[in-house]
Amino acid sequence: MGIFNNIKKMFNKNKGQMSQEEIDVLEKAEKYKKGMEKTRGSMATRLKTLFDSYSTINEALFDELEEIFIMADIGVNTVLELVDSLRADVRMRSVNDLNEFQSIIIDKIFEIYVKDEVVNTNLNLSDDGLTVLLFVGVNGVGKTTSIGKVAHKLKAEGKKVMMAAGDTFRAGAIDQLKIWAERVGCECITKPEGSDPASVMYEAIQKAKNENVDVLLCDTAGRLQTKVNLMKELEKVHRVISREVPNAPHDTLLVIDATTGQNGMNQAKAFTEATNVSGIVLTKIDGTAKGGIVLAIRNELGVPIKFVTMGEKITDLEYFDIEQYIFGLFSDLFE
Amino acid sequence: MAFDSLSDRLQYALKKVTGRGKLSENDIETMMREVRLSLLEADVNFKVVKEFTNEVKAKALGEKVFKSLTPGQQVVKIVHEELKKIMGDEAESLTFKVQGITIFMMVGLNGAGKTTHAGKLALYCRKKYNKKPLMVAADVYRPAAIDQLVTIGKQLNIPTFELGTNFSPVEIVEKALQFAKDNHHDLVIIDTAGRFHVNEELMLELENLKAVAKPDEILLTVDAMTGQDAVNVALSFHEKLNVSGVVLTKLDGDTRGGAALSIRRVTGVPIKFMGLGEKLDQLEVFHPERMADRILGMGDVLTLIEKAQDAIDEEEAERMAKKFKNATFDYNDFLKQIKQIKRLGNLKGFLKLIPGLGSQLKNIDIDENKFNYIVAMISSMTEQERKNPDLINSSRKHRIARGSGRDISEVNQMTKQFEEMRQMMRKMMNMSPREMERMMNNMNQPGGMRPGTNVSQSKGKGKNRGRRAPWQ
Repeated sequence: MGIFNNIKKMFNKNKGQMSQEEIDVLEKAEKYKKGMEKTRGSMATRLKTLFDSYSTINEALFDELEEIFIMADIGVNTVLELVDSLRADVRMRSVNDLNEFQSIIIDKIFEIYVKDEVVNTNLNLSDDGLTVLLFVGVNGVGKTTSIGKVAHKLKAEGKKVMMAAGDTFRAGAIDQLKIWAERVGCECITKPEGSDPASVMYEAIQKAKNENVDVLLCDTAGRLQTKVNLMKELEKVHRVISREVPNAPHDTLLVIDATTGQNGMNQAKAFTEATNVSGIVLTKIDGTAKGGIVLAIRNELGVPIKFVTMGEKITDLEYFDIEQYIFGLFSDLFE
Repeated sequence: MAFDSLSDRLQYALKKVTGRGKLSENDIETMMREVRLSLLEADVNFKVVKEFTNEVKAKALGEKVFKSLTPGQQVVKIVHEELKKIMGDEAESLTFKVQGITIFMMVGLNGAGKTTHAGKLALYCRKKYNKKPLMVAADVYRPAAIDQLVTIGKQLNIPTFELGTNFSPVEIVEKALQFAKDNHHDLVIIDTAGRFHVNEELMLELENLKAVAKPDEILLTVDAMTGQDAVNVALSFHEKLNVSGVVLTKLDGDTRGGAALSIRRVTGVPIKFMGLGEKLDQLEVFHPERMADRILGMGDVLTLIEKAQDAIDEEEAERMAKKFKNATFDYNDFLKQIKQIKRLGNLKGFLKLIPGLGSQLKNIDIDENKFNYIVAMISSMTEQERKNPDLINSSRKHRIARGSGRDISEVNQMTKQFEEMRQMMRKMMNMSPREMERMMNNMNQPGGMRPGTNVSQSKGKGKNRGRRAPWQ
């Protein structure tokens, strides 16, 4: 394997000998490591104790592995699949060495995520003209906060950004986005509470076009995926955006809270049906929850993760990187 | 409702067991696997699942079951009892001070629904206990959190105490308590900022708040969609603050809500309320014993009965029964009936409480508007037409369609349904007891019909399908 070898090597290197690129990777790794400290704490320690207490690979070990993965919210189906395929691998290659087995585990998780595809975690930004990003999700996952952070990142990358306050339902949501817009230093298009969210989008798009904005970030009200009428409203928002800008929304980002359990799968299915979700923003991974459900979502629905957020500061957002994520989960095993 | 899928799976698992002569150890093993997977899919914590299945297994393997004539039923009972044991035996209510100001403090992770539920609880206590609540905005971190609480306060006409974001939560709470005293509030609900249970600095802040406010209730707000981590969260908050109750939110979605089981089992803290929607009156007392019934798919019969009793006027029902008998049922009666049904509230929510219907309704979207349309159409009839439905001919139908803004086909459909109903009633009322019994039997067991009855014909695909009754 060796997907972590580069990262591992770098940790051991003297900073003076590194290229700028390497320093960037390392800084990112540090960030993941720190952000996922609590997460890792439980999972990696358990894995480590597990491997310390076994001298051979046997059924009991597989059972305990299953348990650890389920604890990470990876989801029953995906876990069963994962463990079955681990069993098959061990048998086929007649692996007895626990170290080798550890590498196989990491490889398998990696495989589940990558699925022989080139995973594109970059945003699908339009080459010329306006890019529209639509943020959707259930209540309380952190949509508005994520918009603030993504906007900040894009602005730092030299883009002219604008926000559209499409959550016209929840008390205080518009003000919340406005405060984020102030922090980022960008314009935020609002209409009074109770307005049709699609009309907010329409106005924001016209304004963004006139002012040569590069990226428009659209907030929407949180909604449970079982609320038929609210999902229809979301379809309308999506429709209006695609009518006003060709190929828009360029990315529809489903925001998922890392503490979410198996319901995350239902969320991904329903929102994908309504708005053609193209990526996931995984929030709050700085707690003890692992957000493993995103692996199941990727495995079953093919939707990739584009961002992770790990804190309440405006800079606490990173482009998703599967190597870093798995490294964050297991890094104790490699040090 | 919340536990649909869990009950589906348990029911499925139990079905394999019920109906067999005797339970073998193998049967129990198979069933426990289903129960285990089902609970895991429902986000019940892994350890809790293990303990639970072990307990059930141990009990099921005991001789009690093997001596029983219907072992499957016994297993249902054991699963049910164990679930109930985890959930706690009865609904626990809020603690109020006999004299002086009662104080509640809302705590929890970010985005669980603390602010919304502070509002819901304030409304609930005002309605149910006649309290004069004051809400306190002590979330000085999340942008616009204070605005949110203030807006909710305005919607409910409940005062909100806030000092902006320039004071510390402790200062805010101190001043709020004084304010409550001066203004004769007897209930103070403190909304705190969402925080991770591992954020030591912010957890310390909560401990300080607790020391100042001396709350009668510390309510941990937990998102019902929370996964395996629910246990860690609940344990940390409980260790630091000695939580007195849990409010489980967002149960109106399709989450299976296994977090409820885990939290209760691991911390012992009772779940006191459940949030069932974004509207501020969508809060219900959590009934653990009923929830156990619901998990097993027995339906929440008790809630159903209570709801129906509240809504249906008995005298009216009796009068209606007489009407049925005399077959003088007209559009005015139809209208009254619809209004009674509507009084039960959200129809889908209501129907789901009926045992066995829950899983079937899962994917059906009941259009509540349909009732409104029917009301509109009946309202567009003249008084004569309502009393004498036979009057309604094609030209009158067109007028009714125009008057109610519905399509003519909808009017046709409605009149047709009404006619069918009327005919059905007439027939039922004129049947002899024996005929009635036979009909009921046929309805209950479609496979058990005697050959030669007309039912088999009327069940076909023909255009008379479902229209000709078996006794014709």
